[in-house]
Amino acid sequence: MKLKSLALAAALAAAGTCAMLGTAPAFAQQKEQFFPVLVYRTGAYAPNGVPFANGYVDYLKYVNAKGGINGVKIVYEECETAYATDKGVECYERLKGKYGGATVFQPLSTGITFALTEKAPGDKIPLITSGYGRADSADGMVFKWNFPLLGTYWTAADILVQHIGKKEGGLDKLKGKKIALVYHDSPYGKEPIPMLQELSKLYGYDLQLLPVTHPGVEQKATWLQVRQTRPDYVFLWGWGVMNSAALKEAVATGYPRDKMYGVWWSGAEPDVKDVGMAAKGYHALAMQHGPEPNSKIVKDILQVVHGKGQGTGPKEEVGQVLYMRGLIAAMMGVEGVKRAQERFGKGKVMTGEEVRWGLENLALDQKKLDALGFAGVMRPVSTSCADHMGAGYARIETWDGAKWEVGNEWYEADQSVIKPLVKTSADKYAAEKKQARRTPEDCQS
Amino acid sequence: MLYRENGQFKTSYRSDQQIFPIAQDRYLVLALIAFAFIGVPLLAPEYLFRAILIPFLILSLAALGLNLLVGYCGQISLGTGGFMAVGAYAAYNLFVRIDGMPAVAAIVLGGVFATVVGVLFGIPSLRIKGLYLAVATLAAQFFCDWAFLRIKWLTGNSASGSVSVADLSLLGWKIDSPADKYLFCLGFVVLFALVAKNLVRSHIGREWMAIRDMDVAAAVIGIRPVYAKLTAFAVSSFFVGVAGALWGFVHLGSWEPAAFNIDRSFQLLFMIIIGGLGSIMGSFFGAAFIVVLPIFLDNLPYLFGIPIDTALAAHMTFMIFGTLIVFFLVVEPHGLARLWSIGKEKLRLWPFPH
Amino acid sequence: MGPFLETLIGGLMTGMLYSLVALGFVLIFKASGVFNFAQGAMVLFAALAMARFGEWIPQWTGLQSKVMSDLLAFVAAMLVMIAAAWLIEKLVLGKLVNQEGITLLMATLGVTYFFDGFGQTVFGSDVYSIDVGMPKEPMFLFEKTFPGGILVSQEDLVAALVAAALVAALAAFFRYTSTGRALRAVADDHQAAQSIGIPLNRIWVIVWSVAGFAALVAGIIWGSKLGVQFSLSQVALKALPVVILGGLTSVPGAIVGGLIIGVGEKLSEVFIGPYFGGGIEIWFAYVLALLFLLVRPQGLFGEKIIDRV
Repeated sequence: MKLKSLALAAALAAAGTCAMLGTAPAFAQQKEQFFPVLVYRTGAYAPNGVPFANGYVDYLKYVNAKGGINGVKIVYEECETAYATDKGVECYERLKGKYGGATVFQPLSTGITFALTEKAPGDKIPLITSGYGRADSADGMVFKWNFPLLGTYWTAADILVQHIGKKEGGLDKLKGKKIALVYHDSPYGKEPIPMLQELSKLYGYDLQLLPVTHPGVEQKATWLQVRQTRPDYVFLWGWGVMNSAALKEAVATGYPRDKMYGVWWSGAEPDVKDVGMAAKGYHALAMQHGPEPNSKIVKDILQVVHGKGQGTGPKEEVGQVLYMRGLIAAMMGVEGVKRAQERFGKGKVMTGEEVRWGLENLALDQKKLDALGFAGVMRPVSTSCADHMGAGYARIETWDGAKWEVGNEWYEADQSVIKPLVKTSADKYAAEKKQARRTPEDCQS
Repeated sequence: MLYRENGQFKTSYRSDQQIFPIAQDRYLVLALIAFAFIGVPLLAPEYLFRAILIPFLILSLAALGLNLLVGYCGQISLGTGGFMAVGAYAAYNLFVRIDGMPAVAAIVLGGVFATVVGVLFGIPSLRIKGLYLAVATLAAQFFCDWAFLRIKWLTGNSASGSVSVADLSLLGWKIDSPADKYLFCLGFVVLFALVAKNLVRSHIGREWMAIRDMDVAAAVIGIRPVYAKLTAFAVSSFFVGVAGALWGFVHLGSWEPAAFNIDRSFQLLFMIIIGGLGSIMGSFFGAAFIVVLPIFLDNLPYLFGIPIDTALAAHMTFMIFGTLIVFFLVVEPHGLARLWSIGKEKLRLWPFPH
Repeated sequence: MGPFLETLIGGLMTGMLYSLVALGFVLIFKASGVFNFAQGAMVLFAALAMARFGEWIPQWTGLQSKVMSDLLAFVAAMLVMIAAAWLIEKLVLGKLVNQEGITLLMATLGVTYFFDGFGQTVFGSDVYSIDVGMPKEPMFLFEKTFPGGILVSQEDLVAALVAAALVAALAAFFRYTSTGRALRAVADDHQAAQSIGIPLNRIWVIVWSVAGFAALVAGIIWGSKLGVQFSLSQVALKALPVVILGGLTSVPGAIVGGLIIGVGEKLSEVFIGPYFGGGIEIWFAYVLALLFLLVRPQGLFGEKIIDRV
């Protein structure tokens, strides 16, 4: 090989490395609130990640179109994680200091959440893990920087059992019933197990655990086992292709779909679209919202954002389940900033610490939610130092073959069972990390 | 002109057998190591440490281990992710369950556990060869994946199967800042690279290379295949296990079994093939290529100020990555290390034509 | 007894589905000596092409009949796979003639990355469906002998028959046609085949196209089973034990290997799995293949590896 070509290649490599080092932006505008957006638009979970990301970004654009957060404009930047923990960590490191500092991170992945839970406190950036992440992070006295707003997997498990109990005519009628949990073999899928085991001791039902190895493409053996043991109900805790594969195998083995209940991450359009009419009757949890095409916020966004050609994704997607999930996640972040501004200065850019206080003191009553356009979609959310979850409501939605129908009944998680479990687990984490519980004085800061 | 050996006379066996016989090489490497220990912590921004240097160092250690097995001994193994997981979880259990266990000891002992598992899964190599062995080692990978998800005792009986470590320290020096972590990993890497280089220059290394080149002929002249292959698996798994423990302890802090899945195994194999099989330097080149290139490609649109949709950017990264792999293989099948040595050869003549 | 038979039949049919994917590996290895890690990505790419063309052709041509548009989509997808085969031969294989196996393996890994990115760019990363009229409802046999009957999935049965037909066709192709003989010659020794006048690059294009065809069929069957999405390429990981168990160079080996792995996997998961907490099928398949290899290191029907000194 010629020396000249070698030299050229070496020079290019050196230039590339230098360019790499200079990736920090040349300017840091303090006049804008920076929202990093961790997304997965590629890879195995893209069909679920894309609508969530579109909803998130659309809401940020909507807030900007309406004048920003009390005049402060939002600047955002997407970073592709492909649902991989190390890419998520790299995105976090890259974005945490940009544009004057990240406001809040929402990883949409339990794996990345675990890794960032270690790093975020050191960098003083709050994490919102709405409906996923660590169930014990609802305990704000230990997990100062984590906010599993609106629900965790333990509230999900409890509400599912409540609903089943209601169907059977009372929680005492659950005695002797068989419930099978078909779950994704990962921290995400394993998280509800302690709760379900605790509830089985309480109510006397039989819990069968059926793990499905990632990515969950091959489930024939699982569903043959379901056919053999004939459980009364099957809880589905899957993500991505595992959901539709489970439904298809249920069809192929003849398990009635109306006895299947999915968690709120197993109840979106990409999961059932492919199965169509065959999945009719399949139920899933709706974490407060279902598909909400008729809500005021959706109509506003279609008008203000999509109407001006600024929509991030296709118009048909607006209002779908995961789109709404992303929308609401963004909304919670923005409301956290707004609340922080009430204390630290209206119309000013908020730091991560200030936003953390804001998220810890959210007081979104029904009036405020209705004014924001979420009437009939959400119920009040109010967080506190000890409770970083804010609300534990959910509804049941059912697939009718063409779309999801959300039921009218609102369930609330039974904190008498959940709180002790959360405390024990959080204490264990605190002991491992050799950190003490927060003091009440610390709550005021 | 600069790179001549004129005037460098070796007057003892020791100086003739040193790792870098040419003085310029020696000075360059020593300067590089000095810069790495002293210059980089002073100059580098935090992002560089956290996102590039620390992953690069840890993965180059793992690539080094895998190169010993695949490049020097010729046994293709795809179970590397599993061995990293064994190292990480063993170190975790030792660190958390035994009070007062120093972090370094936990990490090294994690490597020892990985060695045991590596030798166990290396036994099939005595009978199976080539691509068949590669696929058979996937059994190790998937078994480890399963074990760390299912056996609760191994993950500290945590509900989710995720574990975390905190408070690393070495003889009173608290390792919490990114520069500290970088220096901790650098220490391990320099030490292990020295060990590896000396191993491959010794009789064990020669046995490995003989097995790689012609295992039947090697057996004929008296090299015991059992000993050679299993020591290769053992040493390689030790390196890989230590790297896995560092990955969990230093880089991630809190991890789940998916951090060591089959994608990790493939990534390491890519590194050593691109970097150069059978070359210590090659492991580092390959690790740098695989760690830095995707980040560079991800950032490229922003450098040029072109706002590209993230999905398209990610897809372009994949395509360019794949194309570059094929390009490098076509241009130089023996990897970047070969390009480096060709460069050095040319440099010895420069500026003269011959 | 009933559950055992059910699991056995289910395993046999799943095994046939794995063989369908394994065929691609075997074909390419047999004829070009390359272990094509890109097979999974090719299955996904072919399935994406089929699914998307199936959507686009009615839009472009206004065709009403689903059968016609599916047929045209099949032809279009096949053309895409042939074009891909030609490009791979020209840009990758042709430049790496006579390199070591591991270099070629690595090149196919590079091709995998390229296919992944390119497929998602051109065809999108959403879930797409392929509907070729496969029956979705299960069949229950022998309901009088066993309570609840023996469950047989009709979709899997059709897929198994298709796989068997494809294997038979390919085996006949290799044995009785001159191209097949040329392919076997190339698999034996590239340089010798070249020296007797077999055009290496044309043969490789043919082989990769045939493998592309196998990938397309596998993609359609798996795609109609699971929906066409990124995880489809992971099916290749489940087909690898089949390939090594049957032998890298044997087409009937792919079938036998598939049956053994399929049965072993399902029986282990259903009957042994519960004692271990479940989820054992994937490593059990590999361990099973490993055990067979310890007895026969070249796979059941593979060519014996002869080392000459």
